[in-house]
Amino acid sequence: MTTLEKKVTRLEVVEPKQLNFGKKWDYAPAPEATDFVKIKPRYELFIGGKFVKPKSGNYFKSINPATEEVLTEVAEANEADVDAAVRAARNAYEKYWSKLAPAERAKYIFRIARQLQEKGREFAILETMDGGKPIKEARDGDIPLSVAHFFYYAGWADKLEYAFPGRKCRPLGVAGQVIPWNFPLLMAAWKLAPALACGNTVVLKPAETTPLTALHLAQIIQEADLPPGVVNIVTGFGKTGAALVKHPDINKIAFTGSTEVGKGIMKSIAGTGKKMTLELGGKAANIIFEDAPMDQAIEGIINGIYFNQGHVCCAGSRLFVQESVKDIVIRKLYDRIQTLRVGNPLDKNTDVGAINSREQLGKIKELVESGVQEGCKLHQSACELPKKGFWFPPTFFTGVAQSNRIAQEEIFGPVLSVLTFRTPEEAVEKANNTAYGLSAGVWTDKGSKIFKISSKLKAGVIWANTYNKFDPTSPFGGYKESGFGREGGLHGLLPYVKLVR
Amino acid sequence: MQKRSEILKTYKLFIGGQFPRSESGHYFQVFSPKTKKPVANVARGSRKDLRDAVTAARKALPSWSAKTAYNRGQILYRMAEVLENRKEELIVEMVKMTGCLHKKAEKEVTTCIDRLVWYAGWADKYQQIFGTVNPVAAPYFNFTLPEPVGVVGIIVSDEWPLVPLVSKLAPALVAGNTLVLIASEKYPLSAITFAEIIATSDVPAGVVNILTGIKKEMIGHLAKHMDVNSINYTGSDVSVLKMLQEEGSANVKRVIAHDYPKGEEWLNNAKAQSPYWIHSFVEMKTTWHPIGI
Amino acid sequence: MFTTGDLKIKSRVDQVGIEERAASLSKRSIKKETKKAGIKLAISMIDLTTLEGKDSAGKVEAMCQKAIRPLDPSTELRVNDDIPSVAAVCVYPNMVSIAKKALAGTNIKVASVATGFPSGLTPLPIKIEETKRVVDMGAHEVDMVIDRGAFLSGEHKKVFDEIVKIKEACGPAHLKVILETGELETYDNVRMASWLAMTAGADFIKTSTGKAAVNATLPVTLVMLETIRDYWYETGRMVGMKPAGGIRTSKQALQYLVLVKETLGDAWLSNKWFRFGASTLTNDLLMQLVKESTGRYQSLDYFTID
Repeated sequence: MTTLEKKVTRLEVVEPKQLNFGKKWDYAPAPEATDFVKIKPRYELFIGGKFVKPKSGNYFKSINPATEEVLTEVAEANEADVDAAVRAARNAYEKYWSKLAPAERAKYIFRIARQLQEKGREFAILETMDGGKPIKEARDGDIPLSVAHFFYYAGWADKLEYAFPGRKCRPLGVAGQVIPWNFPLLMAAWKLAPALACGNTVVLKPAETTPLTALHLAQIIQEADLPPGVVNIVTGFGKTGAALVKHPDINKIAFTGSTEVGKGIMKSIAGTGKKMTLELGGKAANIIFEDAPMDQAIEGIINGIYFNQGHVCCAGSRLFVQESVKDIVIRKLYDRIQTLRVGNPLDKNTDVGAINSREQLGKIKELVESGVQEGCKLHQSACELPKKGFWFPPTFFTGVAQSNRIAQEEIFGPVLSVLTFRTPEEAVEKANNTAYGLSAGVWTDKGSKIFKISSKLKAGVIWANTYNKFDPTSPFGGYKESGFGREGGLHGLLPYVKLVR
Repeated sequence: MQKRSEILKTYKLFIGGQFPRSESGHYFQVFSPKTKKPVANVARGSRKDLRDAVTAARKALPSWSAKTAYNRGQILYRMAEVLENRKEELIVEMVKMTGCLHKKAEKEVTTCIDRLVWYAGWADKYQQIFGTVNPVAAPYFNFTLPEPVGVVGIIVSDEWPLVPLVSKLAPALVAGNTLVLIASEKYPLSAITFAEIIATSDVPAGVVNILTGIKKEMIGHLAKHMDVNSINYTGSDVSVLKMLQEEGSANVKRVIAHDYPKGEEWLNNAKAQSPYWIHSFVEMKTTWHPIGI
Repeated sequence: MFTTGDLKIKSRVDQVGIEERAASLSKRSIKKETKKAGIKLAISMIDLTTLEGKDSAGKVEAMCQKAIRPLDPSTELRVNDDIPSVAAVCVYPNMVSIAKKALAGTNIKVASVATGFPSGLTPLPIKIEETKRVVDMGAHEVDMVIDRGAFLSGEHKKVFDEIVKIKEACGPAHLKVILETGELETYDNVRMASWLAMTAGADFIKTSTGKAAVNATLPVTLVMLETIRDYWYETGRMVGMKPAGGIRTSKQALQYLVLVKETLGDAWLSNKWFRFGASTLTNDLLMQLVKESTGRYQSLDYFTID
């Protein structure tokens, strides 16, 4: 990183003066207490309602990315384990779940929602320790949204006949679900809740770096007396996921993760007739017009790219600023990143936590290096980073061209590329000039412009005068290489049902 | 009196509003099942013809998808009008090509007319069925609306000359997509005659493109094409579906291969037309906006 | 100089966005040393205020004693830390000379409301005269109110000119301009009025008279702080900020300090640039400070109500 360090620049603004966000009145550490959360030394697979030892005999370590300390070890499922899980799910589907009255199915899901709600703080702490995200985001975002998701879909279970006019819903059978490490519990909720509500049984594969909350959710599922095998959780690496995806007795694949892996899954199950939803990568454009509510737009940029360390598929990683307000936006952005508090994710005042893994940190550094090499101008927060753990400071590049790697590739880290435009048409053209199409942001105070621009953007979610908002009632999913199928809302039922007359 | 010699029609491709021959110069023949004699020479679409069709469809997409729903409905209705007017021509052609009874051909063509009218009526309604306003738990107005998926390749089944093509074309078109249709290999003539109807029904050039030829020579290139957003496959060949999904994965194509009607079911409205067919040609876009002063 | 069009362009605020940002900042966890330091800073920023029709010399004199020495150092509750005096007392014009006398020999400033407080609906010559009088009587600071009726009916020039005239009348005294944000209703208006007041010469901008139904709020204050920041970038002139009305607890006061720290930074974290207009806040700050030192939750019985 030597060239990188040399290239870090102070912001060049027209006037030499700069606000000083120093330590005159600094916040004392305010760590969330962790003592009442019990992490077991070892976690087994959750198959058929029981925690079982892996046939593989293997365990892998899950570490806290903020400290590099080992938190626990987790069972690694091999093909035989996956097979056992799928059998358990099939058995539960045939024997109980598909025969259960929908209203009863609903009650089980409600029960999970309520249990999770009651243990919310515990889950927030676990999520933060396992994944590195700031406790305030886990506490105010991931966990309540997960709870809300279960509540929302629980209510659908016995109302499916009203969902699709002229059609009845039939469950698909066994769903294989593979989820990523950026929102571990929330992604589990996004996958499990609609699948169960529609009458399917599930085998879920959490990400290898963040398995803990899913395994604690398994405990809740057990305590909720869900019939054994309705939900099965198999932990492991990519190989485990591949075994699940390829299993012949799976009816439905739901995958959230990288576009590269998503394409592989599409290929590997081609012709099998398995129903599929893919929620893949993104390189979202966040477009700031000169007539935007500027300070809120800045918050939208910040929230768009530094939320969850930028480990967000819908992150607003390409900022398009109208040239007339470029200097103002860059100055405000520079000031704003100085106040982002980077550090101990368990501290209640932390805004930006740890990078999820050493591997991900390496990818981020490599892409940032490419930005520097290609001549883009690097700006970073002057924050101090902890000595241990995986960290990257909030970063943005100016002088970025469409052709630079940092403007094209998904970085999945706290790194923003700032580009400019002159006219609305140019903004739309550049925003759409990508293989991805998950989300986009538009900032202008002019209502008619909002509708015009948002209708022209090729993306599944448009945040107008806001960014990175989520709700269980709101469908989410991509256009183009960002995947297909929707999660959330009424549309989120469709991937888990067969419509019949 | 001397018998008059008939003028035989040359069946060409339909690309970008034009009727070109295949750039390859290749053709194939359709034989009368009764006389076993060739009925017509048909253009044998090539990889490059497919490329040209996709280019034309992409070019036509922005203006077609931006038309009002009402306008798209009017254009579909216009297609029905023109088809009604020229139905006898299609019936005669079908009888010649398939050897079927006039009555059967007539039933197929009138079904197509009625189906176009039915979908024309959907043009400004499916959004209200499939769109939602979502009650998010924060001060935001949040709504989800269907939008066209983009350039769609449609592989039509072989068993009928026209009704599968119209049954897929109409919902795809009404949803605002532009199309590259690969016509029935067995009965390609009706597709091209229907293209003439499209060309005279206010459908802008490039919105519908129809290729005739040997399917397996084209569908691989369709599946590989990076500028095709979705492929709708009407067929039961698992190896084809596998190929479409494998190749389509390169740009995460939506490969739609849901249950489709068989045999006489194509004439049955309960089986062969549905707003859910429109649904299979759309993307859902969700928009958030704060509610404040 | 300003034009209304220019002000409008600079005055776009999204309600939901600003309220979310303020709510997010209000969740900062302020503990231990930070809390103690913050409380002491807050005490030093108070404009201890009494603005009632029944105000008397006795009331004002008592309040001035509290201003000088908020907590009796000989009490059992004595905290080891030095407790600062407040920044100023804020009174009606008739009480200026009484306050002056009571505060003689201290660094505490005397602020007087003026310009037909709280409505601001007296004729301009009278507003000017009133201002001159209070300055002559020795007020260091003048808290004027803008004519909201004029502002809301689009007579921005009139409001601007009035501020310019009052600033002239202030002479050496500092001018705080009360926008009465509760009556301006929208954040766009708050931002526009803030620009207008600063451009016209305000040394401070202040949210409220304390007499309207809605007084200082976090999001309104955040809008004003952001406007001060943008004005500073544009002109290089620092302007102070004073939220007033309804700030009664330490928790609230610390939330305001968080807004200052994260919007304007260290330079504004002093009573030269930030004040609280408050009458009952002092005791809660003291109680929390004593609690931090002793570990005991406090009772108001041990703190003087003046």
